[in-house]
Amino acid sequence: MLKKRNHLTLSLIAIAISFVVASIVMLLSGINPKIFFLSLFRTMTGVNLQAIGKENFFNARYLGEFIQISLPIMLTGLSVGFAFRTGLFNIGAEGQVIIGGVGAVIIGVLFKLPWIIHIPLAILVAALFGAFWGWIPGILKAKFGVSEVVVTIMLNYTALYLGNYLIKALPGSDNQKTVTLASSALLQSDFLRSITGNSRLHWGFIVVILALIIYHFIIEKTTFGYELRAVGFNRDAAEYGGIKVSSRIAYSMAIAGAFAGLAGAMLSLGTFDYGRVIGAFENYGFDGIAVALLGGNTALGVFFSGLLFGGLKSSQSLMQASGIPLEIANIVSALIILFVAMNNGLDYVLDRLEARKRKKNETN
Amino acid sequence: MDNYVVEMRNITKVFPGIIANDDVTLQLKKGEIHALLGENGAGKSTLMSVLFGFYQPEKGEIYVRGEKVDIKSPNIAHELGIGMVHQHFQLIDNFTVVENIILGDEPGGFLVDYDKARKEVIALSTQYGLGVDPDAKIEDISVGMQQRVEILKVLYRKADIIILDEPTAVLTPQEIEELVEIMKNFAAEGKSVILITHKLKEILAAADRVSVLRQGKYIGTVNVADTTEAEMASMMVGREVNFKVDKKPANPGEKVLEIKDLWVKDQRGLDALQGLSLYLREGEILGIAGVDGNGQQELVEAITGLVPIEKGEILLQGQSIVNERIKSRINKGIAYVPEDRQKRALIMDFRLDENIILKSYEKEPLSKGHILNQEEINKKGNSIIEEYDVRSSEGIDTIVRNMSGGNQQKAIIGREMDLKPLVMVASQPSRGLDVGAIEYVHKRLVELRDQGKAVLLVSFELDEIMNVSDRINVIYQGKITGNVIPEKTTVQELGLMMSGSKEVDLA
Repeated sequence: MLKKRNHLTLSLIAIAISFVVASIVMLLSGINPKIFFLSLFRTMTGVNLQAIGKENFFNARYLGEFIQISLPIMLTGLSVGFAFRTGLFNIGAEGQVIIGGVGAVIIGVLFKLPWIIHIPLAILVAALFGAFWGWIPGILKAKFGVSEVVVTIMLNYTALYLGNYLIKALPGSDNQKTVTLASSALLQSDFLRSITGNSRLHWGFIVVILALIIYHFIIEKTTFGYELRAVGFNRDAAEYGGIKVSSRIAYSMAIAGAFAGLAGAMLSLGTFDYGRVIGAFENYGFDGIAVALLGGNTALGVFFSGLLFGGLKSSQSLMQASGIPLEIANIVSALIILFVAMNNGLDYVLDRLEARKRKKNETN
Repeated sequence: MDNYVVEMRNITKVFPGIIANDDVTLQLKKGEIHALLGENGAGKSTLMSVLFGFYQPEKGEIYVRGEKVDIKSPNIAHELGIGMVHQHFQLIDNFTVVENIILGDEPGGFLVDYDKARKEVIALSTQYGLGVDPDAKIEDISVGMQQRVEILKVLYRKADIIILDEPTAVLTPQEIEELVEIMKNFAAEGKSVILITHKLKEILAAADRVSVLRQGKYIGTVNVADTTEAEMASMMVGREVNFKVDKKPANPGEKVLEIKDLWVKDQRGLDALQGLSLYLREGEILGIAGVDGNGQQELVEAITGLVPIEKGEILLQGQSIVNERIKSRINKGIAYVPEDRQKRALIMDFRLDENIILKSYEKEPLSKGHILNQEEINKKGNSIIEEYDVRSSEGIDTIVRNMSGGNQQKAIIGREMDLKPLVMVASQPSRGLDVGAIEYVHKRLVELRDQGKAVLLVSFELDEIMNVSDRINVIYQGKITGNVIPEKTTVQELGLMMSGSKEVDLA
């Protein structure tokens, strides 16, 4: 059967349905959905619709925070999406973020360099650390056929504990964090802070924009991207066409890891200014799976779905302040994923509705 | 008015970009075997999906036993006594035959009454001579038997209008004969059978009447007794069909490909090729005849580099290629049309243009310095579409999955011929294709030969081997047991060589 609706249409419908279902859930638990939507809108635009006309109806701090929170999950979205395009499921973005972040911290703690070298070096090392962490499951898959899903899940835990060990081992670290990183390595900006009401917005957004462009370019425009997509859809045919399948699998996982490693740099050099010992996963990698799925594994899709999930994530504090439990935002996220995953069924339901409508028009 | 058990009147079903059925009428009499003939993509499956409730037609009416019906879902089709045996079986491997048959329609209340079900299945199996063991697990029985289980499923649900979708594609000649008998039993019991097929011989053997579709349109219905293969073929393709391959005598030149003492293991680690030697000359088509599983797959994959070899030599123009990678063999001039085109030769979710460049995307001007040039790719795609007559609803932007099998194969042949190869390895190139497409494939292979290229044709169809080849090698248990000229041999002799009871080297 021919596919008639594209991913964008179905995704928008999925989002709409999940908002409706979430509203029902809220009504059932005695919460006014209006507050939810107002909070979400305020988070993503800075505009408080209830205070329009009043002096402080706009607060740029919300906008800055919203973008800042969206940055790492866009990158993990690219990470998961890149592997998806090669037919691989990178559940390891979580670990790659941690290891990448540690890489950036090491450069930030140990070196004293002019910023023009220090920042790019820290970012590059983060990408390389992440790439290495992605390459391990990639090469195991390529050479021995080991499931990348299993290996990446195990490497997430390895990354969590190895990362904490390395953070604590750096000179001057205590049990919670490292010393403050050299300011020449940081993405933080007083200027960006000042125009966004003291939010944590940092220069990392430039890195993310570049990453989105690079992703699109590699996947859609290069012979390498063509090979990756071919391997992703049909390994046998790719091999028949002369493509070195196992090397492409290893490369793909390494590049996916590099994108996640960059997300680690965003956190270590932008959101924070020190390396942190973390007690548990912070879900940046898992958010990336959702972002990639909704975004259809394209750069533009990941950008917009990153904004949506970033908005839901960053609106949680505002919602909590208005008495909405933070689980509501999680429920909405989960519903979106559920309905996007159901897009075939959705397509079918829409078909039936259209057919019924047509019949009605005919009989009238 | 005739007493039709099913009457589909003026059915029109439109998909985006394609009219799958255009004003099609089908009338099925009680107790007849009615063949539905058409090329791949002619709309046979769509029409049957409409009858079975998978699709709703835009226009047209369906009458079952004289009453107008609205078949909104397969459940309604079941209630009307319509049953369908699909081309791809829908069985659970580790369930028994009885368990599979009753699935979804289990007798008894909360507890399933297996005894009752088993008795009923045995009764049906005996009544129609199906000979199915009710307690065998699906994974332990042959494909032919699995098909009978599918048929039993339909009978168990009391269907008396039975649709069989390309039922012989998976059967051996012996099993086909038995299936024809079973269908005739149905007709004798007053059941009506719709047989979807593109094989003319089967229609002559089994059917009472045949309705022909071409490009979604209804062409006509004829009595099988009053028609011939040639007439049906021309109704199906819309022109005279040449069953004999048109070709001039071959003019072979130098040896291009030479294989010496080749040993290759199969997937289970057994020796599939055991010291096979052969040669292939410019300007000739060498047919490899043999029963499936005698090392054909390993032979073609060893030549193309898809499987490693144990020992032996493969020489292309006198140079060994055994250590060359797949891509380097492609670039040296080995083209390959594989047997399983959807698994090996095509990326079904890619667009047509992306499939066309599968072997040439690294060459200028399609790409330069690792950057793809979409404009050049479009040009290349369009030129292949035009030259090789590849038809699809959206041109080079069509997702290959949405194309018919014949057009998929045309695209593959176009891609491979465009490589300007020295050697074309074609494995079962006409498998699953209809008459028109088969004729096309053969014409293209002969065309390559006439350009002075060498063609290695592997086929399990002796007709094809005899018609197309200039020279025939017979493969048996991983070795060449015969080297003959088609004009100087018979099918019987080939058969003996294929079973290892005779060795001949004449050529």
